[in-house]
Amino acid sequence: MPLPDAERLVAALIEQMRPETSAETVLIGIHTGGVWLAERLHQALGLKQPLGTIDVSFYRDDFGSRGLSPRVKPSEIPFEVVDADVILVDDVLYTGRTIRAAINELFDYGRPRRVRLAALVDRGGRELPITAQFTGAQVSVGAGEQVELKKAADGRLSLDVTAVAGG
Amino acid sequence: MMAYNPQLNANGELKHLLTIEGLPREILLNILDTAHSFLSVAEREIKKVPLLRGKSVFNLFFESSTRTRTTFEIAAKRLSADVINLNVGTSSQSKGETLLDTVANLSAMHADMFVVRHSQSGAAHLIARHVAPYIHVINAGDGRHAHPTQGLLDMFTIRHYKKDFSTLRVAIVGDVLHSRVARSQIHALTTLGVPEVRVIGPRTLLPANVAELGVHVYHDMAQGLKDADVVIMLRLQNERMNGALLPSAQEFFKNYGLTAEKLALARPDAIVMHPGPMNRGVEIESSVADGRQSVILPQVTFGIAVRMAVMSIVVGNT
Amino acid sequence: MKIHIKGGRVVDPARGADRVADVFIVAGRIAAIGKMPDGFHANRVIDAAGLVVCPGLVDLSARLREPGYEYKATLESEMAAAVAGGVTSLVCPPDTDPPLDEPGLVEMLKHRARSLNQAHVYPLGALTQGLKGERLTEMAELLEAGCVAFAQADEPLADNQVLMRALQYATTFGYPVWLRPRDAGLAKGGVAHEGQVATRLGLAPIPVAAETVALSTILLLARETGARVHLCRLSSAEGVEMVRQAKSFGIRVTCDVSANHVHLSENDIGYFDSNCHLVPPLRGQRDRDALRRGVADGTIDVICSDHTPVDDDAKQLPFGESEAGATGLELLLALTLKWAEEDKVSLAAALARVTSEPARILGIDAGTLALEGDADLCLFDPGARWKVEPMKLKSQGRNTPFSGYELKGRVRFTLVGGHVVFEG
Repeated sequence: MPLPDAERLVAALIEQMRPETSAETVLIGIHTGGVWLAERLHQALGLKQPLGTIDVSFYRDDFGSRGLSPRVKPSEIPFEVVDADVILVDDVLYTGRTIRAAINELFDYGRPRRVRLAALVDRGGRELPITAQFTGAQVSVGAGEQVELKKAADGRLSLDVTAVAGG
Repeated sequence: MMAYNPQLNANGELKHLLTIEGLPREILLNILDTAHSFLSVAEREIKKVPLLRGKSVFNLFFESSTRTRTTFEIAAKRLSADVINLNVGTSSQSKGETLLDTVANLSAMHADMFVVRHSQSGAAHLIARHVAPYIHVINAGDGRHAHPTQGLLDMFTIRHYKKDFSTLRVAIVGDVLHSRVARSQIHALTTLGVPEVRVIGPRTLLPANVAELGVHVYHDMAQGLKDADVVIMLRLQNERMNGALLPSAQEFFKNYGLTAEKLALARPDAIVMHPGPMNRGVEIESSVADGRQSVILPQVTFGIAVRMAVMSIVVGNT
Repeated sequence: MKIHIKGGRVVDPARGADRVADVFIVAGRIAAIGKMPDGFHANRVIDAAGLVVCPGLVDLSARLREPGYEYKATLESEMAAAVAGGVTSLVCPPDTDPPLDEPGLVEMLKHRARSLNQAHVYPLGALTQGLKGERLTEMAELLEAGCVAFAQADEPLADNQVLMRALQYATTFGYPVWLRPRDAGLAKGGVAHEGQVATRLGLAPIPVAAETVALSTILLLARETGARVHLCRLSSAEGVEMVRQAKSFGIRVTCDVSANHVHLSENDIGYFDSNCHLVPPLRGQRDRDALRRGVADGTIDVICSDHTPVDDDAKQLPFGESEAGATGLELLLALTLKWAEEDKVSLAAALARVTSEPARILGIDAGTLALEGDADLCLFDPGARWKVEPMKLKSQGRNTPFSGYELKGRVRFTLVGGHVVFEG
């Protein structure tokens, strides 16, 4: 199944989210693809609070088998999480484990009023009861394949399918 | 003769941290980079991440040290580990359980990690050789041999303030002969590509073959500090006066103490470091220890992040 | 018992013999080499084709750990180790517990050893009472009880006046004194050679001066008193050179080196291997090479095993806390052969260092295949390769720095007084 154009999905997401957000809504992008997407959404939605970013490396559930990733980026949440109206932003929603880790990490900053999820693509294959409130598109790819968001030098976003290395 | 590295697993990943000597550059840089991410954890409301949740870290201190033990404890707890502190006391003359028996008993209590400090060089290596495969050993200081987490946090500090290792002149001043910190620093500096590492001290306090470690030897502090970018002062133990190594602390301060005048010989933006605890008036003058070039307090903060990094990395490598 | 040893390569360094010949043993003595004596009917024929037949090895230092250290090793186990290594005469240092400073202890030890009917044991008597370095022992009594010389083992003799007087007294009666050149002050607290390895590993150093300063004291006092001194366990290049010069000046001194020091250096400590914790310490490669040259040119007269069994608990400690010493009776021959092969020394010259030369220093009729002499022989397969496995050694000490090494040269038969005491 050919992948949809990422730029069109971004536009679609913005339209879905605009009526559902207020000036107080805060966005948190999940590294790395989720941050690129969140930057675009944040700009388009004109939110008052600055953008937050989160790296879930310290909260992953596969630390015991995979070890610590060498490319951990710092999480930055430059606003008050307590009582906030949070939207987590990720590029690809798949098993739901990244979102679970992000929620756990978020709650270590404080108790938000509510948390919703915006995902550019949902490829199904959920292993946890996680749903996105805002989705660009549903796609279907094989089990040995990976959907990746790419950012060109001029900032244009695009989607790519690659085979997963190893098992 | 051993052809393998007892610190690395079959995939060349860090399994134990026993000494900086023999570790490739990439592993050292990985630890520094990971430590950087842990710095921000300390600034949050909840200063914890769940990486070591459910793991038991045993602080096995055969040589007592409240400072070092506390920073390891804080680091482990910030990783959500359970920490058990054991002060086994000095071992040399005491009859009782052998070192290895102690370790075996603790392993039976499902330890996941031993943080070990001992007065004898090689103690951490001995323990690492005898623990079950899933247990990780971190050397918190063994005799005069190594204090790798201190060496790493010192490198982190240098990188934080100086950015690029490849252009630095670093001077280490004081009792290098008895210092595990100095040995670890020297290995780290040379591995990370610092072009000029200097040791400064009287002949009685420098090991006979220290130049073979890749350092320049100075007995004149003024010459040794000239144009230095980093000045690391080592602690002088009181016992050194007893073994006819030095006449007095005063004379040591006169020749090798860091005063403001001597510091002025280094570069104006040179940083001053000390592994602690400091002997004010022996190694270092208070005005320098508390002065604008001193980074001694930040070293402590960095120490927690570096230890968090080391613990997470080894636990993630089976 | 009449034994016919058939077709072996008979090597007798003392007589310069190296030829294939038969050896005939009658009533515990060598009756003939070469031609069968008239009326000889063998009770036993040993096929020695492919084997070297040489005098039983004479080891100038093997700790048997009795009396006093039976938890480390016993006479039974160590004597079995000796004959498994082809050693038929050995010298044991006086540092037992209590030390060998009383004739009664020496007699008991000799009696115990004799009853095992294995190697001959020649104890060294303590030079000073309790090895404390203060008062002289009753050397005449100790000699009568069976001591061959007087020594301090590793205990310091810090007072040079005591040393001088001990040498004078011993010389009065012609007693040899065996001394380890080790200056107590300079060696104090040290556990490893003052070199690159100790610096890197943070091990308390022992400078070469600890050996050379002591050597110069001993050599000068030996010259002064005319004493017959044997220097135990050289370790440094400078030390070898000093002995070379002393001998050239006519000073009556002999010396030995341990087989460990012929092969190993500080680098073998690796990651704090306490099996390499030895006294004297393993020094640099330059020192090792000088020791090897010294053995080749005869400056160093003898290679010994310096056999020191240590229990596991005492070795499985951080390097500096571990007990020094290595087990070695079963390795002496193979290590001597290894040196000979590597440095292109003839078999006879190499075997001299562990047979005729130590026997000469001891002043005993051993280390040679003399007609009508005691039939103390070692038959070994020079080409047989074997792996050093600590658990398979007969010694109770598993502490060898050569663990895992593949060596060449395996003892097949050891005979003492014409009896086969070991068959491998």
